[in-house]
Amino acid sequence: MKNAKNRVTVAEKTIKNLKRKVIEIASKSGEDHHIASAFSIMDILWVLYEKILSIFPNKPQHPERDIFILSKGQASLGLYAILHEKGFFDTKTLESFSKYNSILGGHPMKNTKVGIESSTGSLGHGMPIAVGIALGLKIQNKKQKVFVLIGDGEANEGTVWESALLSSHHKLDNLCCIIDHNHSTDRALSIDSMKDKFESFGWKVSTVDGHNHKEIEKSLRTKHPKHPLAVIANTIKGHGVSMMKDNPAWHRKSPNKEEFELIMKELN
Amino acid sequence: MRKQFVKTVEEILGKNEKVVLLLGDIGVFGFRESFKLYPTRVYNIGILEQSTISVASGLSMTGLIPIIHTIAPFITERCFEQIKNDFGYQKIVVPGTAEEFDTLFKESYNNGNITYFRLSERKNQTEVKVKFGKANVIKKGKLATVIAVGPLLDKVISATLNLDVTVIYLTTLRPFDTETVRKNIVGNKVLICEPYYSGAITSNIINSSKNPLKIDLLGIPHEFLTNYGKMEEHDEYIGFTEKEIEKRVKKLIRSNE
Repeated sequence: MKNAKNRVTVAEKTIKNLKRKVIEIASKSGEDHHIASAFSIMDILWVLYEKILSIFPNKPQHPERDIFILSKGQASLGLYAILHEKGFFDTKTLESFSKYNSILGGHPMKNTKVGIESSTGSLGHGMPIAVGIALGLKIQNKKQKVFVLIGDGEANEGTVWESALLSSHHKLDNLCCIIDHNHSTDRALSIDSMKDKFESFGWKVSTVDGHNHKEIEKSLRTKHPKHPLAVIANTIKGHGVSMMKDNPAWHRKSPNKEEFELIMKELN
Repeated sequence: MRKQFVKTVEEILGKNEKVVLLLGDIGVFGFRESFKLYPTRVYNIGILEQSTISVASGLSMTGLIPIIHTIAPFITERCFEQIKNDFGYQKIVVPGTAEEFDTLFKESYNNGNITYFRLSERKNQTEVKVKFGKANVIKKGKLATVIAVGPLLDKVISATLNLDVTVIYLTTLRPFDTETVRKNIVGNKVLICEPYYSGAITSNIINSSKNPLKIDLLGIPHEFLTNYGKMEEHDEYIGFTEKEIEKRVKKLIRSNE
């Protein structure tokens, strides 16, 4: 029990450090970025890359790797921080974020040499791409799994539901869609119940606290033969930073000097 | 041309096991044999063009070669962003006959880029030995140059039978064969005859000439067309007739340098 508790603490510490790194590089870029969106999914990304995905940072294009697509591409900073932590690229590359010649921009550009499987950011693209990969793997009798992370606001897009139809029709049990359910676009168009919707589209559905690592891991390991798996992760936009938490002003913003100090203190 | 499409794709499905066919609930009956022969590689994917393009992108990321078939506006306009973001640079092919489609498709379906093949109900009687990415010089003259794209070639040939002009035939629009056009353009007078919205290759033609050009465009006008009727009636309105092409070329020849 003690060990388990320690592990959680280590993970929490690492995530705080990743968030600090995100704040640093976003501030350094001199432009506004989607930090709160990245913090909404940081725990999910951590569990995926730490516990679930079969990846090969030293051989990122390994043909037997699992595929992860960050469909809500605006949360790129979270992905970059994790990929850097896992050794897909060096600190210099991470710190080049958003510079003219950088491979890392505000929205990710496909670059399988550094673990970025698809260009995303225009919402509603990642899920059908993941469907295509899952179908392509099945056609070729390949065993790896495909994970795609979408936002609940992104689920306004028709392609999400086109993909939901396709996935269950073609029995894509090698596909898992994680929904970052932070209610950020409820003000425009509420989408609940997400669970009922995915179930009625023929998916196996698991709902979790998107900041609880154990729950996320258990959920991602759910067996789902003959059905695709939807993991609805209830999350908080800007999780871990009180001034950002569910605050629309932080949708796309980088901290000023004063805010920077306060946030870094809170993440210490 | 659509029958040839079925024939060509059936042949390719048999030869290349990386090829996957996605039909947007169009041409399904025509492919009934392929559905039986290759059940894991032939799909009637449904009427969802945006996702179909993205799914195709995913399939190609696993090393497969997807072929998508549905009605032209669905596959070009509804999913424009998916084509742009999920694939990138697009190649465009406009064959003028079934045979040309067969040649151009076999040469380029496996080229690593998304490639758009515009199949037409109309086809030329003129036989031309086409090659992907290459323009053909049909005849050489001195007074002007006429560019004919895909299925408009027959009308251009008839209209210019007794005129001293160069006729260049294009079946691949992207990549554009600047070199052949540059070498064969005569003088500075050009008429571009395109079977789609007028103006798509104008900048390519301008870039192919060392000198400033006087250009006339014959294509579908940029206006909202609401008429029904027969194709011939539309041709008459747009000016896709031998008479109109001849009139335009003569006017161009007569005009000041």
